[in-house]
Amino acid sequence: MIPRAETAHWIAASVALFIGLVLIAELIVGHEVFYRRKWRAYLFPSIVIVASVGLWVITIFSTFSTMHLLAHSIWAQAALAAGAVELALARGKIHRPAWSLVPAFALFVSGIAFLVHEQNPWLYSRSAFLHHAIGWMLVVVALFPLGRAVQPGRLVWRTGFALTFVLLAVLLFADRDAAPIFGRFGLGGP
Amino acid sequence: MGSEIATSIPNEREQERVERRPWRALAVQLLGPLTMVGGVVWGVAQPYRILLIDHGRGGDLYDYLFQGPLLVILVGLAYTVFVAPGLVSDLEAVERRDPAS
Repeated sequence: MIPRAETAHWIAASVALFIGLVLIAELIVGHEVFYRRKWRAYLFPSIVIVASVGLWVITIFSTFSTMHLLAHSIWAQAALAAGAVELALARGKIHRPAWSLVPAFALFVSGIAFLVHEQNPWLYSRSAFLHHAIGWMLVVVALFPLGRAVQPGRLVWRTGFALTFVLLAVLLFADRDAAPIFGRFGLGGP
Repeated sequence: MGSEIATSIPNEREQERVERRPWRALAVQLLGPLTMVGGVVWGVAQPYRILLIDHGRGGDLYDYLFQGPLLVILVGLAYTVFVAPGLVSDLEAVERRDPAS
């Protein structure tokens, strides 16, 4: 009853899309309104922490390849650390904007893990293409939490961070276990 | 004009705030339905992804329930039901309490 890789990726995409919607809603209503209910403040960190537990479960089943096992471990650990920091920020245990460097580092390391564990070139398959695309995207979007650490008041960093999850969802939803790069159009691929 | 019936003229800043408020509530409410519409459009564009309407091909539980368009609709629905109503309600409460915010 273990789901196929593409199914696991679509479930991850759903989680990313939901996070994106929540963060966009927070941007629209503003910090004060969003934090009026405690559960909403804990929603994003909790989802990230639960997702990290899910990633650890996937790690357990990634024994078919050392590279995949290591990559999933890194994503799980990165998500756990970022979620823990976001939870501490939401609870008011920590305050300094510099803590945003942890999610920035988590995104950067996750992106590097994507790039390193994909052995095939960009156009080998859709999966390879998406691994490269997601890897580079994560490396670049690490700038958003980094910017939030340096300039916490600027809207552009929080907007970029929210849209990151929507873009990640789009890319993960496009994943297929076996498909040429552009699906039914038959372009690229082996 | 007597002072009993004279009212103050709202300044431009207040008028601007009043005009901006409905946009925020509407945007929060539209996020979920727009996501669901995206899932429906995706399902129409790629109907072969939805085994529920093409069950002749067979497949396991994941093939029936965990397909992209269905998951997108589900996410939009979850946001619409669980997140948006509370946010709109709190947005209105804050604006009632502090009209200048």
